[in-house]
Amino acid sequence: MKNIHYTNTRFSLLLAFIFSVFASCERDVSDDVAFATFPATGDIFTDTPVGLGTNFYFPYGPSPENPPGSKPTAWSVDDEVSFIGEASMRFDVPNADDPEGNFAGAIFRIDGEGSGRDLSGFDALTFYAKASQNVNIGEFGFGEDFGENKYVVTRQNVALTTNWVKYTIPIPDPSKLVRERGMFRYSAGAVDGLGFTFWVDELRFEKLGTIAQPQPAIFNGNDLVQQTFNGSNILINGLTQTYNLESGINQTVVAAPSYFTFSSSDPDVAQVSELGAVSVVGPGTSEITAILAGVRAKGSLAVTSTGTITSAPVPTAPAAEVISLFSNQYTNVPVDTFRADFGSTGFSEITVNGDDFKFYSSLDFVGIQFQNPTIDATGKSSLFLDIYTNDVASGNFQIQVRDRGANGQLDTDIFTGNPIEDDAEVRLDLTPAELPVGQWITVEIPLNGNLAAQKNNLAQIVFVGGIDFLLDNVYIR
Amino acid sequence: MKNRTKKISTLLLPLLLLVGCNTDETQTVVNFTELVMQDEFDTDGAPNSTLWKSEIGTGVNGWGNNELQYYTDRSENVKVENGVLLITANEESFEGSSYTSARLITDGLFEQQYGRFEARIRLPYGQGVWPAFWMLGAYDDGTIWPNIGEIDIMEFRGQEPTTILGSVHGPGYSGGAAISKSFTLQNDRFDTGFHIFGIEWGPAYVNFYVDDILYNQITPEDVTGEWVFDHPFYILMNVAVGGSFVGAPNEETNFPQSMLVDYVRVYKNAN
Repeated sequence: MKNIHYTNTRFSLLLAFIFSVFASCERDVSDDVAFATFPATGDIFTDTPVGLGTNFYFPYGPSPENPPGSKPTAWSVDDEVSFIGEASMRFDVPNADDPEGNFAGAIFRIDGEGSGRDLSGFDALTFYAKASQNVNIGEFGFGEDFGENKYVVTRQNVALTTNWVKYTIPIPDPSKLVRERGMFRYSAGAVDGLGFTFWVDELRFEKLGTIAQPQPAIFNGNDLVQQTFNGSNILINGLTQTYNLESGINQTVVAAPSYFTFSSSDPDVAQVSELGAVSVVGPGTSEITAILAGVRAKGSLAVTSTGTITSAPVPTAPAAEVISLFSNQYTNVPVDTFRADFGSTGFSEITVNGDDFKFYSSLDFVGIQFQNPTIDATGKSSLFLDIYTNDVASGNFQIQVRDRGANGQLDTDIFTGNPIEDDAEVRLDLTPAELPVGQWITVEIPLNGNLAAQKNNLAQIVFVGGIDFLLDNVYIR
Repeated sequence: MKNRTKKISTLLLPLLLLVGCNTDETQTVVNFTELVMQDEFDTDGAPNSTLWKSEIGTGVNGWGNNELQYYTDRSENVKVENGVLLITANEESFEGSSYTSARLITDGLFEQQYGRFEARIRLPYGQGVWPAFWMLGAYDDGTIWPNIGEIDIMEFRGQEPTTILGSVHGPGYSGGAAISKSFTLQNDRFDTGFHIFGIEWGPAYVNFYVDDILYNQITPEDVTGEWVFDHPFYILMNVAVGGSFVGAPNEETNFPQSMLVDYVRVYKNAN
């Protein structure tokens, strides 16, 4: 075919005519086209890496949470195994105790600072994969470049079998990807401590034409309500895009915030950054919503600010003398939950100007539980905590402190809430007069009475009342 | 080599012109060119009652298929709006059913033997959603299904968004034993745009087509029983929910789901 030369002028003219007829059927060229100057190559790996340059494989390194990091040598090109052609990509997931790295994971990034591809004409990343055993791969995706990581997409828990199967990762909004360097990413861990091998072949971006019916979501599709205060920050999470595939399956992927356009119904109350960070700036209520590729995302946040909040007084007790459950001032012991759910009390964690609070709303009964481990308060005299409320209580506000005893469990009379079996408890009631509104008060609950001789297995604090309140600096001294 | 180039050039021109712009909605079919019935759904409101009537309720055993919907003629389930007919399946508690939808028929209003029957439709999607554009034999002498004959111009399983089926049912080849063939779109789906579904039906044949692709012909040799397609038929359009053909909807099935019909046209032999 190389030998065909278009020397025939008549043919050239004809060709020009055909193209002009064709062009008339196309839509007008959009202004956006001028920006799309990067190659629209789809292939990433066929029998060799395609158009990635020389230096493109970057393993996930050690991190504070996981010092060993991923095994740098997990990836190779396997000339013995392929779905189509001569070779595939082979990933050897190490044993969990491999000193060279306790998992396999990396990004494939096109080499060169000025590089990139225009992926806006594709609708999915696809590949064939199989494994040495039936196994779930934690993450497959693309869009991670170890820079801004602006358009990261992740398909989680991908079930591989021992046969070649085609996998599809839909692009949440292709129009965003006019220049992308992060072609592929993966993360896989051992199964029951043991490594395995999987293969990926024919890895490419494709225009399938069968990716449809988008169902984007924020907060995993939930409509959340949160009461908070000026200065607090809330990060929008649970960002996903779901497309119906040719198979009829709804495929959900985790999508980076930059695919979404966020909005706040009242910018005087709350503002949202491009990265989905909500900043509460004034009193009132605002609804936070999002749009992805022209489709309103399921899920929202109705955030209500009751105005400004001052910080609680900073505790002055020396760190060596306290056992702290919750305070920015001390190192805290493990707490199972700050909302052991006996009733319908609302709960949220609020950060205002770097200071953390727990916020309880419409309190009926709520508990803080710490059984893993329990707290041995032997030698300590009191539990302290700081409370702030704007509500005038109609009755007493009660704080209960429970020791669960030696039998290893909380034993409660479900009708009265009283301790039974080997549990012991003290209760402190605050009258409305003892709980002034609009100011922080420090409450001291002496560990005496029933706890005087049994406070080596403290496991629970319970609040009872009918108010909204902020909690800070919970510690035993 | 030069000669070969010339040859290609003269052949290419008409071919490329043909495939270059293929959005034309009209079909050129040799025989059935005389338009005898058309509904373009250009008048907002209820469907034209001189042509269509609604079947109401759940039939017998969910219209014979254990279908889950209750058919109504309410505008929530059937209406003409913005140039299309909308048949909408809703998830709602109604007269003992968990879903509502609509089924339009031309029984007694428009019946024809032979011809070209086509509709331009955008389909709904999702597990358990079962839209159809089909025909039944028109009898008022007590003849019962399947002896009356059934021609399914288009049936669709919402969980298979790229595939439709065209079928005929008759005595000895009905229900699961129908003579049937599927058609699958490549790089496209039936729920994202309009497609034309049609048949050309004459003595001893039914041709099935989607857009400009003829994908099947059924003749008396293909059916495993008596050929029962030589009498007038009437048209049906509906969106069923659940039933033996598709299975029940699941938690991922989004409601409402609408079938959009741009037009229904029927032609007869002009000769």
